[in-house]
Amino acid sequence: MIAQPEPKQNVLARRAAIVAGLRALLPESGVIAEELRLKPYETDGLAAYRQVPLAVALPETTEQVAAVLAFLHQEGVRVVPRGAGTSLSGGALPMADAVVVGMMRMNRILDINYDDRFALVQAGVTNIGITQAVSDAGFFYAPDPSSQLACMIGGNVGMNSGGAHCLRYGVTANNLLGVKLVTIRGEVIDIGGEHLDAAGYDWLGLITGSEGQLGIVTEVTVRILRGPEGARAMLAAFRSNEVAGQCVDSIIGSGIIPVALEFMDRPAIHACEAFAHAGYPLDAEAMLIIEVEGSVAEQDWLLDRIKEICARFDPISLKVSQSPEESLAIWKGRKGAFGAVGRISPDYLCMDGTIPTSRLPDVLRRIADMSAACGLQVANIFHAGDGNLHPLIMFDANDPASFAKAEKLGADILKLCVEVGGCLTGEHGVGVEKRDLMPVQFSGIELDQQRRIKSAFDPEWLLNPNKVFPLIPLVPLQHAA
Amino acid sequence: MTLAPTDEAGLIATVTAAYEAATPLEVLGNGSKRGLLRPVQAAQNLSTARLAGVTFYSPQELVLSAQAGTPLGDIEAMVAERGQQITSEPPDFSALLGAQGTQTLGGVVGANLSGPRRVAWGATRDHVLGVRAVNGRGELLRSGGRVLKNVTGLDICKLLTGSHGTLAVMSEITIKVLPTPERRGTLALSGLAPGRGVAALSAALGSPYAVSGAAYLPAEAAAVIGFSGSVTLARIEDFAQSVAYRTDKLRADLAEFGRAEILDDAASIAAWAAVRDARPLHSGEGGIWRVSVRPSAGPTVAAALEKAFCAKWFLDWGGGLVWVAGPATEAAHAAVMAAAKDSGGTWMLLRGPDSLRASVAVIPPEPAALGRITASVKAAFDPKGILNPGRMYAGV
Repeated sequence: MIAQPEPKQNVLARRAAIVAGLRALLPESGVIAEELRLKPYETDGLAAYRQVPLAVALPETTEQVAAVLAFLHQEGVRVVPRGAGTSLSGGALPMADAVVVGMMRMNRILDINYDDRFALVQAGVTNIGITQAVSDAGFFYAPDPSSQLACMIGGNVGMNSGGAHCLRYGVTANNLLGVKLVTIRGEVIDIGGEHLDAAGYDWLGLITGSEGQLGIVTEVTVRILRGPEGARAMLAAFRSNEVAGQCVDSIIGSGIIPVALEFMDRPAIHACEAFAHAGYPLDAEAMLIIEVEGSVAEQDWLLDRIKEICARFDPISLKVSQSPEESLAIWKGRKGAFGAVGRISPDYLCMDGTIPTSRLPDVLRRIADMSAACGLQVANIFHAGDGNLHPLIMFDANDPASFAKAEKLGADILKLCVEVGGCLTGEHGVGVEKRDLMPVQFSGIELDQQRRIKSAFDPEWLLNPNKVFPLIPLVPLQHAA
Repeated sequence: MTLAPTDEAGLIATVTAAYEAATPLEVLGNGSKRGLLRPVQAAQNLSTARLAGVTFYSPQELVLSAQAGTPLGDIEAMVAERGQQITSEPPDFSALLGAQGTQTLGGVVGANLSGPRRVAWGATRDHVLGVRAVNGRGELLRSGGRVLKNVTGLDICKLLTGSHGTLAVMSEITIKVLPTPERRGTLALSGLAPGRGVAALSAALGSPYAVSGAAYLPAEAAAVIGFSGSVTLARIEDFAQSVAYRTDKLRADLAEFGRAEILDDAASIAAWAAVRDARPLHSGEGGIWRVSVRPSAGPTVAAALEKAFCAKWFLDWGGGLVWVAGPATEAAHAAVMAAAKDSGGTWMLLRGPDSLRASVAVIPPEPAALGRITASVKAAFDPKGILNPGRMYAGV
């Protein structure tokens, strides 16, 4: 288990006064302090970690968020921002002495502008909610994490969430125009706006993916895009991970950038097929889902070229979706992958490292070796075009030894990702889960530089202080001007 | 005096010495963008020009690393041989700024300059995957890496991109590259008034045909690329048959704006290079500004500045990027600031005499709460304030 910081005793002792202070700032239903009602907030998508918070605040306006943060800052109380609680890295894991600031009541879409192609939404709007609001006009919001039915845009900004279509459309950071940020002191700062590329420092880029370390985002201006005329997926099944990996390289090398290029290994194919009945090939060792966009004629032309490339790698089968229903079924299997693995194993850990795509076959082989050595099954699902792996480690949380083995295997896989030139996390964030692995990727100087940036926004380290950075005291700079 | 280390260790030693002596440095590559933003008062220049060369290129992974001083043109030529390009279409303002030096990768990233394709495919900052840089204490920092997706820790790559050398000196940069489209085609609508032109661009960018460039040139600017009367340009880049199909479809969709002429591959390349480098404004002597607003506000900004000082102008990014030329005076600058603010946008003084650049807000001042954070972040990278002091904001 990853250690949590000691709660501040002086805060725990003042719990009643802190709750009363929050009640003075928020509507009656906006403060939760009863043990039973706090329970749902004790964990997020990393369910192995649980901690009931001191209290939960549910603000409805930016002004309320500002008032709550100013109050908590003044009282020296730690803050854990929370959206839908879907983080797979424990990004919303509470602390015993922290107030969770939940953004789910700020769920309104404030403006949609098709001429200028943006939408202004509150942080608690779901990812899919944005696309649904603009889909009648043929538009969409591009990043599409698997949790998009539930996850909120504020959390997407916090984690710089990706999805299956990043290869073409980028991640959250590439699809934002502005945010409204509330600092820990309760100041409200507008960053960016309705235009591209604000002059000055790229605070928008820094805040995106900062995991609630710098402030709380209450409003987000996102770019909305007109959807393509159509899209179609195909499945390509191969006899080994190696040849599937080579096929990915050949497709990218040909000059075609599919809008999505997803990879599943044998255990993942079986788990997802049992769940989605999408017609996945059960005799394959590896499978690619490849999606292209355009008119029907353009889709045909692109898929023909991709089929030609795949054919060079001795595929077991190549199957082009014949209808929108078939494409949906193909994606249902992929997007439901985590749930599907959940059906065959009591628990799983979802890893999220990224590797250079050329190292794919080698890394998969070594993951298989490590999996065999520790006796835990691993299903691999990932965004092949950009090398973002999602090994799902299956274990039994009721067995502490099994959980310890799973955490160790996960850490070893992430170390392997860094060793081959990749990184610890491609889209899920560091959170609690990978906090203590940060020194594998960064030097002490590099971590201190990042921590000093955090200190510039949050000098007392009240915002999400149990996440992202190892719990080592930061030595202040001696030579500050 | 110019210090020009030849490797990263030399760069670290140079910055460390400056840190210990508290000597301010003007950080540059070949100096092609010295004319941007505020002039720097520094005892010494630190050039990355001799940190040159591509260090890694994997076309099938879409990734390239180069030392910061590598001429951008060298990189463009190298990736072109493998049928790839730098996606954000970085402009070259050497002619506009009257600069002698060849621009470097470090300069383009340090200034976060992006061309017409920005509207569809992101800015230069969206394609920076990793950096190695030396902060103002002489410490080596790595951020990001050589993979396409990375959310590990705070995104210092984005913070350094566009920071104009004020936080750290980049030694090596890794970028994402993409395949060069097989063909380009451009719809050209003649004679539209600015508002109608931007409406046509909005319709084009809101179409399903993946328009990757959208510009409006009033008559005087259009003449520079060989059109008489105003021209509204929408570009499509893709495989040849897609360009043929999509330009046809888009022409039909835009029929209410007139019948578009279609520029072929070569004509498209020429027209968009001119837009990218702001060639319509090359002839004048005075000040040059870039104003970024929501696209539909572009014509409003242009009209206000025409009225204020007979501005010459044209629009890129679907109307959202207003290129402005006018007298290099405080009065003209005040008019630019007012027009940008009225439309909720931002500005940058791109060219002007040192006296003007030193006396006005070349980019929008930050609100007080953000200004405090900026000062604190600057101190976290560069506690003695030795890197490009005053380049972006007076006193930072």
